[in-house]
Amino acid sequence: MYCEDTIAAISTPPGEGGIGIIRVSGSSAPALAEQLIRLSKSGGLQSHRFSYGEFIDPVTGECIDEVMAVLMRAPRSYTREDVLEIQCHGGTLLLQRLLGVLLGHGARLAEPGEFTKRAFLNGRIDLLQAEAVIDLIRGKSDSAVALAQHQREGLLSRILEELRSRIVASLALIEAHIDFPEEDIEPATLELIVVSVAESESELNRLIAGFSAGRVLRDGVSVVIAGKPNVGKSSLLNTLLRENRAIVTAIPGTTRDLIEEIVTIKGLPVRLMDTAGIRETSDPVEGEGVRLARERLISADLVLFLLDGSRPFDDNDQLILGELTGRPYLVVRNKSDLPLVLTLPEPMTPLAELSLSLLTGEGIESLRDSIHGIFLNGQAIDSREYVALNKIRHRDALEQCRVRLLQFRENAGSGAHLELLAVDLRTALTSLGTVTGETTNDEILEQIFSSFCIGK
Amino acid sequence: MEQFRRTGRTRGKNVITNERQYDVIVVGAGHAGCEAALAAARMGCSALLLTINLDAVALMSCNPAIGGLAKGHLVREIDALGGEMGKNIDATGIQFRILNTRKGPAVRASRAQADKQLYRLRMKTVLERQPNLDLKQGEVTALVVEEGRVTGVDTRVGLRFSGRTVIITTGTFMRGLIHVGLTNYPGGRAGDLPSIGLSDQLRDLGFRVGRLKTGTPARLDGSSIDFSRLEPQYGDDPPIPFSFSTERIEQPQVPCHIAYTNERSHDIIRSGLDRSPLYSGVIEGVGPRYCPSIEDKVVRFPEKSRHQTFIEPEGRDTVEVYPSGLSTSLPVDVQIAFYRSIVGLERVEIMRPAYAIEYDYVDPIQIRASLESKLIANLYHAGQINGTSGYEEAAAQGLMAGINGALRVQGKEPLVLRRDEAYIGVMIDDLITLGTAEPYRMFTSRAEYRLLLREDNADLRLREHGHRVGLVPEEEYGRFLEKRERLRSELDRLKSSKILPSELDEVVAEKYQLHGLQNAVTFEELLRRPEVTYDDLAELDPTYGEIPRGVREQAEIQVKYRGYIERQQVEVERSRKMEGTALPADLEYASISGLTGEVREKLLKHRPETLGQASRIPGMTPAAITIISLTLKGRERS
Repeated sequence: MYCEDTIAAISTPPGEGGIGIIRVSGSSAPALAEQLIRLSKSGGLQSHRFSYGEFIDPVTGECIDEVMAVLMRAPRSYTREDVLEIQCHGGTLLLQRLLGVLLGHGARLAEPGEFTKRAFLNGRIDLLQAEAVIDLIRGKSDSAVALAQHQREGLLSRILEELRSRIVASLALIEAHIDFPEEDIEPATLELIVVSVAESESELNRLIAGFSAGRVLRDGVSVVIAGKPNVGKSSLLNTLLRENRAIVTAIPGTTRDLIEEIVTIKGLPVRLMDTAGIRETSDPVEGEGVRLARERLISADLVLFLLDGSRPFDDNDQLILGELTGRPYLVVRNKSDLPLVLTLPEPMTPLAELSLSLLTGEGIESLRDSIHGIFLNGQAIDSREYVALNKIRHRDALEQCRVRLLQFRENAGSGAHLELLAVDLRTALTSLGTVTGETTNDEILEQIFSSFCIGK
Repeated sequence: MEQFRRTGRTRGKNVITNERQYDVIVVGAGHAGCEAALAAARMGCSALLLTINLDAVALMSCNPAIGGLAKGHLVREIDALGGEMGKNIDATGIQFRILNTRKGPAVRASRAQADKQLYRLRMKTVLERQPNLDLKQGEVTALVVEEGRVTGVDTRVGLRFSGRTVIITTGTFMRGLIHVGLTNYPGGRAGDLPSIGLSDQLRDLGFRVGRLKTGTPARLDGSSIDFSRLEPQYGDDPPIPFSFSTERIEQPQVPCHIAYTNERSHDIIRSGLDRSPLYSGVIEGVGPRYCPSIEDKVVRFPEKSRHQTFIEPEGRDTVEVYPSGLSTSLPVDVQIAFYRSIVGLERVEIMRPAYAIEYDYVDPIQIRASLESKLIANLYHAGQINGTSGYEEAAAQGLMAGINGALRVQGKEPLVLRRDEAYIGVMIDDLITLGTAEPYRMFTSRAEYRLLLREDNADLRLREHGHRVGLVPEEEYGRFLEKRERLRSELDRLKSSKILPSELDEVVAEKYQLHGLQNAVTFEELLRRPEVTYDDLAELDPTYGEIPRGVREQAEIQVKYRGYIERQQVEVERSRKMEGTALPADLEYASISGLTGEVREKLLKHRPETLGQASRIPGMTPAAITIISLTLKGRERS
């Protein structure tokens, strides 16, 4: 057997689906199953038989989800190692939570294509399957159904290929002036190259921004509801939950005062959290809740600051406002069905203000729009580039490329030697190359010889 | 006294064998062959250098110049390793120039015009005076191969020489075919016989023999040119030598002249295209993209209204000149009309017509990084036979083949230079991993670690290698060690010595933007600023003015470029592991599951020696490299 450690990964494509599958391969797969899956029938997992059970968090003992599990003992498995497959309810957050538990109990996150890699290293895959294997190891995707993904990558790779050609052209121009100083070629128009590089940079910026949207879509965002006691926090939470049927699961908070629910707002996964009211207290238990609430406020992607529109701003509101300085928050005025009394103190810097009535339901829709708009910049969420660029590897490559292009422009501006400018562009191409494929020296030479009449 | 022995008949010929057994036999005395033979002999091996024409040793068949971008780098590397080319051009050069002075130290390159006859004569003298080295005229028609290894060579006159290793450096001579218009005839170079038979044998031995083409312009009578109408171009004053051992260039320098073709020239060219062997399909060999003939330029770039030429002198004591960039294979009547259409050349006379030449080369993926062939043991290929072009490229390979032939005889491991160590390493690695479809010329853009491979630090990169194999004499090596030590202490001093801005003169502090600064500044920090040079340091501390030129140049570059240099070194380290992973010769690619048919075919064809080489084979996938690497690990374990 080639490998000894045990690997795990989510096998279904990212995004929402009816079910999700997590695959585990390696010698500890049976032990993990025994430890983490509480079967409805005794006797343990039989090889190649599906069993129903509950996936439990061994720390709290609570059930995370109902699952169907199948253990395929070596060598009768895809990798010829012990393989455990767990089918659970779909949804990225849930799958990641299950995966997280597995990783916390000795499994290692599989590299792209690692199951397939093990399959052929253990002699499971024959030559006919080799082509497909290599594609997989290239890191395209480990998912079984990656068709949609590939289509998206097609568009992305076209954009990246254009970007690459543009940088190659700039580099060729510089290289021509380095390698053929005695040729009668027009002087290097560095200004034009700088303009072209700046264009490439904006394109990269656009793609990178798309990545964070892609990440937001995949991983979800955390939104915390804050407000003084009895202002309607629980009602708001329930309203948002009620109106959004796509509830994946409910995860109780670490104390009874913190509730976390997961909803989907126009396709955007949101971890929605209620907090205990923040107020001065001498009760140690309540004090602990307040401390946790503060932490939540600090780590949240967005805070909904709920206020009572029918009453003036008071000290309790002020106490919460004090926690929000520098945080992204929305001012949400409840009770719009009553006359507006509330005036906001200066200075306040919310991302937006809006009014709603939890009693009548008025304004809920625009709150949902606001939340969605804040994270996705008003862009359509099915815009293909966004989702395409959801691999951190791609994002990093593009980011490195962008940094080098920026460096190029700075160096060009400060009159750096051509040879250093060439290094900047080459490094940018190398970074890009991890996504687009390498740029060969001959390609650069070809570009030079086809653009300039070289020859002594 | 030589002993001969009649050894009977081979292939229907009487064979007389020279009883002496040489350690290294070099076939061809061009730029590759001379370096190969000298290296072997200087390393203590008995060497024989055979040439088709003893009056054409180290002859510059094309332009009378050495160096240029990347080529100058190669010459410096040859010199650092203990080769002859740098010293030879220093002694016979008639115009020296440094190119790219404002584009950065790594792409700065030396170039020199040579006195063509003096160049060859001096090299011949060096060869003749070299102990352990025999220089003889003779056309090699066949290799003697026994049980998969080469043991000698046969010559046209029926003489057999025995050798433990053989280095082939045949240049353009193997099945050379000269084209002038639609006329063609066999020849190794205008005025010389071709080498017939050798490449047929190589093909029979399993080598893939291909056809390449190159060309050269006419040689013109300078006394028929009106130089007053051309723009002169002078060399540098003082001329900077190539060799680390040359103190200064003594001989007087002469200018080149710049001229231009015009629309009328191009019309003349176009009118002759129907009789061009290139465009009528007579020439089958592939020519270089970077060195097209003038008809090629006119056809491919019709929008260009003029093409530049440097009229280069062929020597101080001759009227012959070389119009660079104007090579052609058009018929002589078109040639003369074309050259005379150029302003200043209206009454020019052709002394030797321009021509194209086709010749045989051997696919370089069939040789190892040591330049030994993968098919026949102890047989080395260097120069144009490997598909390269250029004197410097040839000389560099010749030197490496000579070194590795001698090391083989001595029973030692070959010297293989890495890509991060020398342009020579880049070139040989490119040849053996990528092969070449056109004559391969060195460009600085081929080197991924260009900032590390500078002309100025060739000695720091390679002197030790040269000394270790026995090519760099103790005295030269001693001077190198001294320079390196001075550099080391100079770098330390820059780092530790400081100036307190408050103690400086107001004007000086202002000049270096130091006034008002509280903390002491090191000289290194100061030197790192783009606008500060060693001369500035000398103004602040006169002792910096006493540092020798070579040391201060090094220190300045190393300090100013440190960030970039260190980053490239990190990349080098990253690839080091793969470069150092040897692929066993008995690795059965057919039995490694997971490799595609295409990849497997490439691996079987190339038979790479290291994982690094494998990774650079075109079409090789990262996945395939991963698979091979894992397979190797599996082998280790079992």
